[in-house]
Amino acid sequence: MSAVLDNGGFATADGTAVASLSPRPSVLRNNALMDALFRNLTRFFAFAVLALLGAILFSLLAGSLPAIHRFGVDFLASAAWDPVRKDFGAWVPIYGTLVTSAVALAIAIPASFGIAVFLTELSPVWLRRPLGTAIELLAAIPSIIYGMWGLFVFAPLFQEYAQPFLAATLGNVPWLGALFAGPPMGIGMLTAGIILAVMVIPFIAAVMRDVFDVVPPMLKESAYGLGSTTWEVVWRVVLPYTKVGVIGGIMLGLGRALGETMAVTFVIGNAHDFSASLFMPGNSIASALANEFNEAVGDLYSSALIELGLILFLITTIVLACSKLLLLRLARHEGAAA
Amino acid sequence: MAIASTGNPTYRRRRRTNAAMMALSTLALAFGLFWLVWILGVLLYEGAGALRPSLFLQMTPPPGSDGGLANALSGSLLMAGAGTLIGTPVGILAGTYLAEYGRRGWLAPATRFVNDVLLSAPSIVIGLFVYSVYVARAKHFSGWAGAFALAIIVIPVVVRTTDDMLKLVPNSLREAAMALGCPSWKMVVMVSYRAARAGILTGILLAVARIAGETAPLLFTALNNQFWSADLNRPMANLPVVIFQFAMSPYDDWHRLAWGGAAVITLFVLGLNIAARIVFRRK
Repeated sequence: MSAVLDNGGFATADGTAVASLSPRPSVLRNNALMDALFRNLTRFFAFAVLALLGAILFSLLAGSLPAIHRFGVDFLASAAWDPVRKDFGAWVPIYGTLVTSAVALAIAIPASFGIAVFLTELSPVWLRRPLGTAIELLAAIPSIIYGMWGLFVFAPLFQEYAQPFLAATLGNVPWLGALFAGPPMGIGMLTAGIILAVMVIPFIAAVMRDVFDVVPPMLKESAYGLGSTTWEVVWRVVLPYTKVGVIGGIMLGLGRALGETMAVTFVIGNAHDFSASLFMPGNSIASALANEFNEAVGDLYSSALIELGLILFLITTIVLACSKLLLLRLARHEGAAA
Repeated sequence: MAIASTGNPTYRRRRRTNAAMMALSTLALAFGLFWLVWILGVLLYEGAGALRPSLFLQMTPPPGSDGGLANALSGSLLMAGAGTLIGTPVGILAGTYLAEYGRRGWLAPATRFVNDVLLSAPSIVIGLFVYSVYVARAKHFSGWAGAFALAIIVIPVVVRTTDDMLKLVPNSLREAAMALGCPSWKMVVMVSYRAARAGILTGILLAVARIAGETAPLLFTALNNQFWSADLNRPMANLPVVIFQFAMSPYDDWHRLAWGGAAVITLFVLGLNIAARIVFRRK
């Protein structure tokens, strides 16, 4: 102990001994300077990320000003899209975006739930990782590949087998039948929705699996101890406990589906006509942009398209922000319970 | 169990429900895997015919003549490389702030939140943004614009993984470095970064995998180019946009090339994803 004190020189009352063992003042100054530099550099880039969102919003807003001035709020409700007469409305692409995303969620939510239940409750432990990875790889396939496959492989089969079947069964149900009316064309809003479902399943399933994993084992074991079946544990214990996180995951999937571009562009048919039937071609905001932006002549046409982009960005930002808030709430809940 | 299941109708019903739900759950997994197998199968089948040396050596042809995707492959590599080189340092530094310095104050939580929103922002909007701030000002499409758009997609991925991975570094390591009199920048660079190296690398690999197949942000920025070009100041061919254009065309030989390109891109992206997982697990 005393040897340490002697060598280290900390305990001496003599100030000079301390100074002689400390680094030279210039080194200290350099270090302080580097510290400040590095700290501010990282802070600058963190701020840059924050500013990026603002910059995107601002530039889109600036670009869409001519269209906002010209059409005002009516832009949202008008189904017109006439580049020649310079009359534009956002209703058809907004409707297409919402409908394809709704179809996608209707398929993806139960499927993802089943996958998450299988991965957390049923699967043998050694299979969990490979199966989970395989599902996650669905998210890694580029969206253009989904589009090509959808157009050349899925749509023809869908047209030949699935659409006549749907028209013959669901098509005869009152009210619901209107959604499945019209000739089977292969491409259209329903096809786009189904492909979107496959694309968002990995996102929703991954979040569901992760939040199911945070349920304290004690809760589940208590339910099993009372004689619950696996399904009852999932439905009555796991799901209520993770409700908020599950909704967050669904919103994340919705955010993805709303903004998905290439896959939808291939199969939605790109028609600016409004039709209630899911069999008919339509347009989503993203596919309208992908198809028309480079060919848009005239300021008003591009400006209307940029306003579409702004609307899409606002919708997805709000949806994703809600998703994030819900997941944060679950994380806090989990922290409080622990 | 046998006695209970024969005697008690409620119990029998509960067991039946359970069996049905578990069967549905297994079916859901099969449903997910079914698409993966189908898509990869189609890609390999269609792509195998197009995977010839000429695919990598010749330029994109006009319809009706023979060719390859050499200019598109090189353009994609150049832009993805430039995008990664621009986006990675920005992402790592911003992530460093979040994990190392931002424990107090409003900037770190706000940035983390916004970053998660950017992470899932529609990529076509990113393309629109770069178009209006760069292409519209410069009055021409260019490889640089494409690279910037891709960099904006790289940044949130890298910020997120850097932040997550640095937060996993035990504080005792940092305290040990500080106790030795290490200035904090040196502590971050020599201790935190080293401890989180595998995780940060994983994030970069995932970011590259993500941008390799991105099409939408390149449509309005890099556009396309039928010829060989290594000049990032001019419109530049790239694999995703060429695939898009060729697949949407009515020509059979263009379709074949598009399938070849699709197979190349998918194998590359899936390979990177699996590599990233291996790097991360070996850590």
